Amino acid sequence: MDIVVLVKQVPNTTEVRIDPKTGNLIREGVESIINPEDRHALEAALQIRDNTGGKVTVLSMGPPQAIDGICEALAMGADRGILLSDRIFAGADTWATSTTLGRAIRKIEQFDLVLAGRQAVDGDTAQIGPQVAEYLGIPQLTYVQKLEVREGAVIAERALEDGCEHIEAPTPVLVTVLSSLNEPRYPTVAGLIDSTRPRAPIEIWNGADLGVKAYEVGLAGSLTQVVKTFTPKGARNTQYLEGSPAAVAAQLIDALRKKEIRLGE
Amino acid sequence: MSRIEIDLDKCSGCGMCSRSCPYQAFEIQDKKARWIEDRCTLCGACLTSCRFEALSGEMPVREVPDFSDYRDVWVFVEQHDGRFHRSGLELLGCARTLADDLGQRVAAVVLGNNVGETARQLIEHGADRCIVVENSALGYYQTCTYAHVLAKLIGKYKPNILLLAATHLGRDLAPRLARRVGLGLTADCTRLSIDPDEKILQQTRPAFGGNIMATIVTRFSRPQTATVRPGIMKALDPDPARTGDLIAEQVDMAECREFTKVLECVMHKDRPVDLTAAKIIVAGGRPVCSDRGIGVLRDFADAVGGEIACTRVVVEEGFLPPERQVGQTGRTVRPEVYFACGISGAIQHKAGMDGSRYVIAINKDRDAPIFEMADYAIVGDLFEILPALTRAVKGE
Ligand SMILES: Cc1cc2nc3c(=O)[nH]c(=O)nc-3n(C[C@H](O)[C@H](O)[C@H](O)COP(=O)(O)OP(=O)(O)OC[C@H]3O[C@@H](n4cnc5c(N)ncnc54)[C@H](O)[C@@H]3O)c2cc1C
Ligand SMILES: Cc1cc2nc3c(=O)[nH]c(=O)nc-3n(C[C@H](O)[C@H](O)[C@H](O)COP(=O)(O)OP(=O)(O)OC[C@H]3O[C@@H](n4cnc5c(N)ncnc54)[C@H](O)[C@@H]3O)c2cc1C
Repeated sequence: MDIVVLVKQVPNTTEVRIDPKTGNLIREGVESIINPEDRHALEAALQIRDNTGGKVTVLSMGPPQAIDGICEALAMGADRGILLSDRIFAGADTWATSTTLGRAIRKIEQFDLVLAGRQAVDGDTAQIGPQVAEYLGIPQLTYVQKLEVREGAVIAERALEDGCEHIEAPTPVLVTVLSSLNEPRYPTVAGLIDSTRPRAPIEIWNGADLGVKAYEVGLAGSLTQVVKTFTPKGARNTQYLEGSPAAVAAQLIDALRKKEIRLGE
Repeated sequence: MSRIEIDLDKCSGCGMCSRSCPYQAFEIQDKKARWIEDRCTLCGACLTSCRFEALSGEMPVREVPDFSDYRDVWVFVEQHDGRFHRSGLELLGCARTLADDLGQRVAAVVLGNNVGETARQLIEHGADRCIVVENSALGYYQTCTYAHVLAKLIGKYKPNILLLAATHLGRDLAPRLARRVGLGLTADCTRLSIDPDEKILQQTRPAFGGNIMATIVTRFSRPQTATVRPGIMKALDPDPARTGDLIAEQVDMAECREFTKVLECVMHKDRPVDLTAAKIIVAGGRPVCSDRGIGVLRDFADAVGGEIACTRVVVEEGFLPPERQVGQTGRTVRPEVYFACGISGAIQHKAGMDGSRYVIAINKDRDAPIFEMADYAIVGDLFEILPALTRAVKGE
């Protein structure tokens, strides 16, 4: 089975700050990692390949540094890495991102399964999986916590809010995974060294390689625009209650009663 | 269609254009530049490169299309076995405000099998009309079938705004639909409002795990579509006097391609508690991870008629089930009163309780961040404060 895994490079923290002057996110000095759920997607791909044969290709759209994630994926056992990097890809919303990733997967041509994380920890939308699936015209299975591969089909257990469902879909199919799916392996040191050699199986594709126009991708091709980012601040006026536990309890009940809230009714 | 023109009389074949191009979209042959259309992305990088003014081109200019015939605020209301998901009622409450600001109508959209007259409830909750599509194929949610039906309805009615709940179903369906119809989509919004000048939807959502809020607009597609986090918006009290139309729509299913087959659906046995409906929540953090701790919490919750809840730590330690977890990866709640007992106030926890009307924090550590999000702060040991509160409440 030939598998494409979508991996995104994300900051290794969600404690990002906003530059008060420019209003932009400060990304400098923050280490990047593979989005946690994408490691689980990659692990699933490697296990399937190890059982059924085939090839695992990792695909990432991002700035040139995102190659680090691809190297790490190769060191975990992926066969091929493709980085989509171009200035015209920058500032993409999920519409434009799914166009770019979708084009690249079409160019890869040979695939039975596309695996992705359910959600990236930075953008946090969980929209890319379904949008890429629709772009490719293939079925999607989201929130997958168990995955089984059959001849020409997959069977997945999807998490629902109050239960789960078992669904069968024909290949090719796109699956987004939860971290409960498996325990990702570690990259090997030898693999990490190999992945930085000039002959490592990594390709970098730009807009012309994908045959896209600048107005279809990146900020120019996006349908949504972020008009403002800000740090949420608590607007509460904190009042401290002091004294013995019994005194504090009485003060609180009293204070809430003044707000027309009666505890115990 | 935009293109790049080269005036061969002026071209000296110097190659500056080729050097300025990131894509090798120029070739120099016989001392003349040639443009290779297939390699060109129309990025415009070459336009200022030619010293002989041999090169010209017009780049496509982006214009906001005329959307004046798109009207009304739609809410996709999830239903399971004829029961509406609470989130749908919340969305109707929010849609009501937006529609009133725009002077447009609210429409609830329901897909299913055997919905019938129950859809009237949605009118009582704020809808002006309710579009119901009934079909045996819609009894159980499947992505492509639902996307097909909604895409057809959007094509026919041209709504201005479409809201879906950011439930598992909504987050599976909305992006599929958005890609099919060509819509921008904002995820997991916690605030929606109408820009007073442009009359477009301002969609505010947390990203980076709640550390950053972003306000997003959708200028280039209609309907302006967003998923909205459940538990944030306020449902209107049902008003039986409200009137509206029930519209039974038929959608041709012949072109619908559903790939997947549902083999089995397993629901958790006991119906999980619905924290989002609780008026008073008594939540505990790490220090309640003991039978005694849960007991103290429960005694107080029983005394005030509230539900108990917790941080992720307590779920991970196995003292309470996941449906009682509040936060980014748990439930979002907005009770009248939220008691945070022995909770440090991590941003991921805050994401789920910030909308509470009053927050009361009990913590040993005077510097705990939870106090910044509290209306009433009690510095002390919860094992003393909570029993004292329980006694005081009972003694009233
Ligand atoms: C503060 C903020 C808010 C935003 N809000 C929105 C919004 O509401 N709507 C919107 O359309 N866009 C939004 N964006 C833009 C969005 O983050 C980007 O389009 C991003 O490229 C993809 O979205 P995501 O991170 O949400 O991915 P998700 O959909 O959460 O990612 C799911 C999976 O898709 C794969 N994937 C995602 N991105 C890539 C990639 N670049 N390369 C390879 N695989 C990938 C990974 O497997 C990942 O686990 C926002 C951006 C910011 C900074
Ligand atoms: C991706 C991600 C998602 C997450 N999602 C969630 C989520 O949905 N919900 C969530 O809650 N967390 C979530 N977390 C975890 C979150 O970051 C915090 O680790 C967690 O909320 C801390 O729980 P806590 O406050 O119970 O524990 P701690 O941070 O350990 O705080 C315990 C507090 O109790 C106080 N204390 C101790 N003893 C007493 C006593 N006897 N009386 C009074 N006070 C006492 C201490 O002073 C301290 O402030 C998430 C984390 C990540 C990385």
